[in-house]
Amino acid sequence: MKLVVNDSEYDVDVEPDMPLLWVLRDELSITGPKYGCGIAQCGACTVMVNGFAVRSCQLAVGDLNGAVTTIEGMGSPESMHVVQQAWVDHQVAQCGYCQSGQIVQAAALLAINPNPSDEQIDGVMSGNLCRCGTYPRIRAAIKTAAKRLRES
Amino acid sequence: MGKLRTITRRTFLVGSVAVVGGVAFGAYLAKRAIPNPLLDELGDGEAALTPFIKITANGITLITPRADKGQGAYSLQAYLLAEELDIDPATATLSPGLPGPAYYNRVILGEGTPFPGYDESTLAETVRGFMSIPAKLMQIQITGGSSTTPDMFERMRMAGAVARETLKEAAAQKHGLSRSELNTDNGHVVLPNGDKLAYTSLAAEAAKLDPISAVELRDPDQWRYLGKPEMQRLDMLAKCTGTEVYGIDKKIDGMLHASVCANPGIGGELLNYDADAAKKLPGVEHIVPVKHGVGVIATNTWYAFKALKALNCEWGPGPYPENSDAIWEQLSEAVDNPDMLDHRQRDDGDVDASLNDNNVITASYRVPYLAHAPMEPMNAIVLVEDNSVTIWTGTQIPLFIRNRAADISGIDAENVLVHVQPMGGSFGHRLEMTHVEQAVELAMSVKGTPIKMTWSREEDMTHDYPRPAAITQARGVVNNGQVETFDLSVGQSSMSSSWFKRLAGMGVPGPDATITTGSWDQPFTIPNYRVSGYRAPDMVPVSSWRSVGASGNGFFHDCFLDELIHAAGADPLEERIRLCSHDTSRKVLEGVAELCNWNGSDIGENKGRGIAFCMSFGVPAAEVIDVSVIDSRIKIDRAFIVADVGTVLDPINIEAQLFGGLIFGLSHAINSELTYENYAPKQNNYHAYEGMRLYQTPDIQVKVLENGEKIRGIGEPGLPPAAPALGNAIFAATGKRIRELPFNKHIQFV
Repeated sequence: MKLVVNDSEYDVDVEPDMPLLWVLRDELSITGPKYGCGIAQCGACTVMVNGFAVRSCQLAVGDLNGAVTTIEGMGSPESMHVVQQAWVDHQVAQCGYCQSGQIVQAAALLAINPNPSDEQIDGVMSGNLCRCGTYPRIRAAIKTAAKRLRES
Repeated sequence: MGKLRTITRRTFLVGSVAVVGGVAFGAYLAKRAIPNPLLDELGDGEAALTPFIKITANGITLITPRADKGQGAYSLQAYLLAEELDIDPATATLSPGLPGPAYYNRVILGEGTPFPGYDESTLAETVRGFMSIPAKLMQIQITGGSSTTPDMFERMRMAGAVARETLKEAAAQKHGLSRSELNTDNGHVVLPNGDKLAYTSLAAEAAKLDPISAVELRDPDQWRYLGKPEMQRLDMLAKCTGTEVYGIDKKIDGMLHASVCANPGIGGELLNYDADAAKKLPGVEHIVPVKHGVGVIATNTWYAFKALKALNCEWGPGPYPENSDAIWEQLSEAVDNPDMLDHRQRDDGDVDASLNDNNVITASYRVPYLAHAPMEPMNAIVLVEDNSVTIWTGTQIPLFIRNRAADISGIDAENVLVHVQPMGGSFGHRLEMTHVEQAVELAMSVKGTPIKMTWSREEDMTHDYPRPAAITQARGVVNNGQVETFDLSVGQSSMSSSWFKRLAGMGVPGPDATITTGSWDQPFTIPNYRVSGYRAPDMVPVSSWRSVGASGNGFFHDCFLDELIHAAGADPLEERIRLCSHDTSRKVLEGVAELCNWNGSDIGENKGRGIAFCMSFGVPAAEVIDVSVIDSRIKIDRAFIVADVGTVLDPINIEAQLFGGLIFGLSHAINSELTYENYAPKQNNYHAYEGMRLYQTPDIQVKVLENGEKIRGIGEPGLPPAAPALGNAIFAATGKRIRELPFNKHIQFV
């Protein structure tokens, strides 16, 4: 089975009902997307497929139809995506485990809506659980990233 | 500032050979040396120090033995070392080091002594100090109890200062100068002529010296990082780019994946399972029985999860009451039962006489079992070979894990290596090690193959070792607009005993202070004031949960105090300030009043404001919450937090820990509980244990004060006032006093 992740092509030999998350993590060693709940309740596994945010724990790899971008494909420590930079500037992460999913979800939001209202931020981001309680800084970082995206 | 006193060659070793032309620095203030885990390869059993800094020609490594579960402990420890060493910690390698007795926690047991956090008398301090001796003897390298900062504040700066001065001495001898002529600048020794010598270039010479033991710590006004907003977290970049390698992400060559299911009635037996069906599934390599359950080793975690479901396990009963009703009955029977009185550390005035002579206000509060449910499910990689065990896992108790793995495998503890990994949260969950025990059992069945065992979320929540449920009876009297009598009886099972049985194979003798921690030890003076702890039988195995005893007691104590204050007709803030007998705490109450512009709990129609206070881990914390009522549902609008930590080291992280503690407290207060049916919690994933989401998060303002005498840790104290502040706000808005958590059993939230 072939798939494209972060602009690289991979060939994996797995059952088609295996969720994309476990293909990424255990077959391809792309571990930015996290396992948190396995039932689309926490958002830690969020990746982009064709630019849309998807819970990779719910997408069977056999049903995958498009290129996958994970947090690693958005930017690197040396060259961060504007959303990642905003996250660092606001010192958002505590344990950080949910932040891959939070950042991918926020980037997907800003890609289609560069000027989201508070309600829109609340609505889109409330599917991503953070047990450490970093929410106030997530809000602030999204606003900073949105401003920078609009200005750039 | 303190001076290092009797550091001898024996207690401070410069290990040049061990670190290949490098030098290891540490400071260890005790009479008897403890082996240094870093120098094990020397085979030199007499070598001893507390090594925190390793310098070689290639670079500087800062050893940060306290676990970082997200609270910023790695960064804090690195900055403490770097501040005195005079380096930019971002240029150093950070390592948790290998676990060793040298990293014992001097502070954590002191929290269990019978003195409230505000008591800084000689007696209290002396007894707390003595607790460092059992901590050392018991090899307690534990992260917890908000103890990293107070434990490490001086200890790690000393290690940095000793290293700095020894490097200067090496440079002085090399150039025929006196050490007093030299300075340092960002990883270099600076000679009088301005020439700079990199620390790394001095490592070999420094290794030959006796360390410079008489060092003075810098005055805080000279600090370059500590206390400043520049003190940003060193793990932030990795965590925001998906490049942090948590335990669950770690990969070892040749590794297979695995998962386990054990009896959901913790401690119950596995009666039967169907291995044949599971074996036929794709990717499955081995089915391996483990204690109380069975594991599947597979080529992918997902295949292991699937195969576990196909096992159709049949479970025996758990060794405790079958359901929540039976558990509550036992808890209720404990409260005010003289035979079950565990301790009474507060008994001021004459409570019984006052209750006999006056109209008594009574109330009964209760809090449920709670899962820790950190985002990263528990996991461990274990490699068992003929004479060694290697473990990679995120843990707060690495030495207990080392010793338990040795017991299970029959391999000497000195041949068990525990590599502590970055952690996706804990909240106390990683003070347990069942998952590691299971991983060792699995790995023993396939020696030579590393096994990564990952719990499913369902397995994790079912085997979470929750915060104990607790129930109270409260009685009080008010007179002349003032609180006159406060009597609280708390009943719960012993967390400490349950935990220690799992860790050390034996319960804790004597009273369990955690039953009333957060209520008996509050800095208030009330004429008749009594807090009694009643110990219910052991039931569901329970554990430490963020803020431990104060998580429930903060709610009991402050909400009932609020009830009495309202009954007295007094202002909730003013009466708390009047009752408060501790200057630092009073300033915290005054501080939060100023921050929120306190003008009573009535803030308009369909709105309400609640204040709550709790001192935990020596930190007085006050929180104010404003709520609105929208279509009979509660919306949490704003929150204000003021706490006093004595000395602020990392202001940006402290703010995050305080609002994070508040949100964690509110998460569980609004909608989370574990209820039991057929010996197992009914809630086994986040759909049924939701916590707070972004849309429910209030605007939060935080202010940190520094009036306290001692430096304090802040990972936990933000939590206890959250639930009572919300309960008091809901009362102010609706007139409804909710005495049971979670609140959504009685009122809905937006």
